[in-house]
Amino acid sequence: MGAAAIGMARQRNLFGVVLLSGIYSFLMATVMVVLDAVDVAMTEAAVGAGISTVLLFGAIHLTGGTESKPIHRPWLPLLVVAATGAMLVYGTLGLPAFSDPSAPIHQHVAPRYLTEGPVKTGVPNVVTAVLASYRGFDTLGETFVVFTAGIGVIALLGRRRPRRPLDKSGEEGKE
Amino acid sequence: MRLDIILRVLAKLLIPFALVFGLYVQFHGDFGPGGGFQAGVIVAAAVIFYALIYGLPAARRVVPTDLVQALMAVGVLLYAGVGVASILFGGNYLDYFVLGADPVSGQHRGIFWVEAGVLITVASVMLKIFYVFAGRRRDAEEPEQ
Repeated sequence: MGAAAIGMARQRNLFGVVLLSGIYSFLMATVMVVLDAVDVAMTEAAVGAGISTVLLFGAIHLTGGTESKPIHRPWLPLLVVAATGAMLVYGTLGLPAFSDPSAPIHQHVAPRYLTEGPVKTGVPNVVTAVLASYRGFDTLGETFVVFTAGIGVIALLGRRRPRRPLDKSGEEGKE
Repeated sequence: MRLDIILRVLAKLLIPFALVFGLYVQFHGDFGPGGGFQAGVIVAAAVIFYALIYGLPAARRVVPTDLVQALMAVGVLLYAGVGVASILFGGNYLDYFVLGADPVSGQHRGIFWVEAGVLITVASVMLKIFYVFAGRRRDAEEPEQ
């Protein structure tokens, strides 16, 4: 995964970048499977590696396949990114150990979800129970986010052009 | 066009299975991994696959773009409508317990419709985004011909 990420940063050919990002997403999905988060892995494989690859290829076809040379040196952004990353890594040192059952996050509502969820909702998959029932408001918000994304794309690119060919060519000349 | 016969035959073989797998992911989400979001993406991917192999106009004949645009809103309204329905049945917003004869069946019903709303919105938004991108490309190519 690290190799794919470095390759993406160094490539100038956007075709290769999109392919590498698809590979990255598939590797991420396998990581999620290893972590037993099968629902997330499925989403990552379908969205990250599937749909977004196709959409990015579509975007490349519209814009052209090579990245232009940056006009400034990337040292300051690199410094900021490295500092932020170092701070985040430092922050993780204070977290409880990975999959520690006595960590605070596993003491709050998680036991209730795990013990009561299947009984109260009758849904054996706790992920679905939490997503659709306990966190129904959040999922409603997520659905609205997806909807808003679609609306945004329509507003930017999806305006219907006049049907008549004469008007159509004039309209496209302007854009 | 003659050269891609392998792709066309394979697409014909694969797309029905992809659609059925989408439905399986949707309705089996209660028991295994999956749910509305994943199923929506899989359904959209099947249609996008069809569009890639057979061309955008063919896909637009199968799934009209106006229908896709309308379904985007239908999914969200279905989700929000479940919340309104639970208010009408005397509960809180998105409180599924009141939707059935007993709480568990109410939960089942609520989750089912909510997931259906997610499926419809996600599938149609993904498809619409693809249509818009791909349609743009075709428009851009036309003046050169």
